[in-house]
Amino acid sequence: MSPHIDAWLAAACADAERRGLPELKPLLESLAKSTAALRAADAELDDRPALPAPAADRANSGGPTS
Amino acid sequence: MNPDLRRIVDVAPLLQSGALSPVTLTHDCLTQIDARPETNAFVTRLDAIALDDALACEREIRAGRYRGLLHGIPVAVKDLIDVAGVQTTSGSAQPAGEPTVDAPAIARLRDAGAIIIGKTNLHEFAFGTTSEESAFGPVRNPRDLRRSAGGSSGGSAAALAAGMCFGALGTDTGGSIRIPSAACGTVGLKPTGGEISCEGVVPLSTSLDHVGPMARCVPDVTLLFDALMGRPLGLLPRSPSASGRVVFGVPRPYFCDRVEAGVGQALERTCQALAAAGHEIRDLAIEHSALTPDVYLHIVLPEASRYHARMLQRSPSLYSPGVRVRLEMGRYLLAEDYVRAMRLRQALTAAVDRALYGCDVLLLPTLPIPAPVLGASTVDVNGTTEPIRAAMLRLTQLFNITGHPALALPAPQNVDALPRSVQIVGRRNQTDRLLTIGSIVEACLG
Repeated sequence: MSPHIDAWLAAACADAERRGLPELKPLLESLAKSTAALRAADAELDDRPALPAPAADRANSGGPTS
Repeated sequence: MNPDLRRIVDVAPLLQSGALSPVTLTHDCLTQIDARPETNAFVTRLDAIALDDALACEREIRAGRYRGLLHGIPVAVKDLIDVAGVQTTSGSAQPAGEPTVDAPAIARLRDAGAIIIGKTNLHEFAFGTTSEESAFGPVRNPRDLRRSAGGSSGGSAAALAAGMCFGALGTDTGGSIRIPSAACGTVGLKPTGGEISCEGVVPLSTSLDHVGPMARCVPDVTLLFDALMGRPLGLLPRSPSASGRVVFGVPRPYFCDRVEAGVGQALERTCQALAAAGHEIRDLAIEHSALTPDVYLHIVLPEASRYHARMLQRSPSLYSPGVRVRLEMGRYLLAEDYVRAMRLRQALTAAVDRALYGCDVLLLPTLPIPAPVLGASTVDVNGTTEPIRAAMLRLTQLFNITGHPALALPAPQNVDALPRSVQIVGRRNQTDRLLTIGSIVEACLG
């Protein structure tokens, strides 16, 4: 994942911990992977009109709360 | 209930002729609710009001003021939709409001003469696919009480499957009409986005929410849809024989990659039956469909969190734990990622439009698994373990993103006795055509 998303995830997990919601952490980790895939697809859309095919592992993950 | 009189299109002529009383029909439905309390399909029963309304219908019909094929028909409503004078609980322990007016969808059903017999149980605030996180207890599948009825409109589908009503209203944000329809062996329609008003409906995700009808056959769903659109209901629904040859596009990549054996068999048997009847089956792909869960997630989470922000602040402990953490997640999403998702949504919509260029409708499974056992958090599909929620939404949520109308209906298989389902997906704003083709599919499957 990009440094931006790693930093976002660390901050989000720290906040969840501070708020007494440690059960959020695994969901936030899954969300971070989903966000990385979303950003990659969006970047590809900038570069060319057709979207990229997601990596096989992402294609099958389904996301954390979808 | 008389097994020969399970459909609206069967009982409506009897009501019109006076051979059957709406009071008798309503009483039969209420008796059936009494007979199957273990399903936990209803949050609020409206017995006295429903019987009064049935008596009024009977008098109107006797007086020659027959309104059409829904006149005197008992209907159940998901308890996310406002019915005047009745609490809208949303399946939650959060304080519920008591609306003073009907949601427009309810008003249209009443105008057509339908009788509202009660409010059905659901996954809390429609934020789940199993209807087991509800302040009123889990909905149990009438076909197998150990199993989920699907969700989030699980009570509506269970009530239909158990013969407690003839039609029902549900809502569908990622599949919440089609998933329980598939789990319970009933029929459910998610119309084109925006086609039926969501006013008076507690939102989950304002840009993904849909209101739609549920019933035990396609012609009944068609009648309910016509009523929801405010159309007169003087005639029986459209005849499937008038439609000619249909081209069905089957999007196998992504949608058939990981489905359980009975689901796969149900799709193939449906294809075979349609081909044998002279229709064309054409394999195709929907570009970028594997991005669906990511796009969906980045829309539904922030939109849901926005609506729930105040309750999350004031009374977080009143949510079911699982619903609360999903709502909390939305508070961490960045606005820029929501905007990215909305941009990719346009690309996915165009991809579905392109897939429909070469065919009349898409044909695919509704749910990749049969109704899951209550309490399960993961499911194994062809050797891959995944979260139940992700698996159950995988094949339906794309069409909430894109707004294309989708109809779920039972499909045959002989792996076990649990229902399986296929969905057909039509062009946007061609829901009528989709329903006509749905009748063709249902007739081919016998």
